[in-house]
Amino acid sequence: MTILANILVIFFISVGLIFIAVTAIGLFRLPDLYTRAHAASKSSTLGVMCILLGVFFHFWLNEGHFNPGILLGILFLFITGPVGAHIMSRSSYLAGVKPWKGTVRDDLKEEFERMKKEQGIK
Amino acid sequence: MSFQILLNVFLAFLLMFLTSNYTPSGFVIGYILGLISIIVLRKFFKSRLYITRVWAVIKLIILFIKELILANISVLVLVLKPKLQMQPAFFKYDTQLKNDWEITLLSSLITLTPGTVVVHVSDDSKSLFIHVIDSNDIDETIDSIKNSFEKAILEVSRS
Repeated sequence: MTILANILVIFFISVGLIFIAVTAIGLFRLPDLYTRAHAASKSSTLGVMCILLGVFFHFWLNEGHFNPGILLGILFLFITGPVGAHIMSRSSYLAGVKPWKGTVRDDLKEEFERMKKEQGIK
Repeated sequence: MSFQILLNVFLAFLLMFLTSNYTPSGFVIGYILGLISIIVLRKFFKSRLYITRVWAVIKLIILFIKELILANISVLVLVLKPKLQMQPAFFKYDTQLKNDWEITLLSSLITLTPGTVVVHVSDDSKSLFIHVIDSNDIDETIDSIKNSFEKAILEVSRS
């Protein structure tokens, strides 16, 4: 039983560490802000969630202490992770951060031109 | 829907008082019997049975977790490839969802699917502007995935 619990805990924590390392490498390697938002929003959410699940299972199965606060933390991460990525990429587009030169299609440009014309910003 | 849940709790308490069994197990037995009687009397309610909506919510949660894991595997492959080959693009997606919470849910689902991040929601909230990381092969598959998401959300919100 203890061996099974330990395997579960080690599995979750190592998967979480792999995904957090992937986030860091992605922030280095990807060319512009919008592609970095992909790496930062997805991998870090799942990585931190996996580590929290590992901690939860360790304290529940090995120490016999059921802590629902960790589960609430996972839920909050689930809700706030994508919203953070959305807000950061949107505000940087509004502030005029240029996308990478390999970007093929840009439907958003016309939309923002129209919005600026309507609100009278140059 | 909330009326049916309230009625079910009320029936459970009624059965607890009838049998004078004031324990959690008594509540659970009363709840199940009340659920059966609600299912039997379903043609007298205007909205559909709440249990089908609960089932739709459970299916949506399972879809969410599955897409999160798939998205992370695709990001992992993309980042660890020795040569970066991708064609990022912004594209417009017209949605048919009406309520604000549905659009919020859809955009956070899209943000967690492989290769897409929602950048902007238009003012009339009829279209989403999505940044996709690889536009040549993903465009159609993304459309099909989003049709499944949108269908699942409509399944939840249908009255």
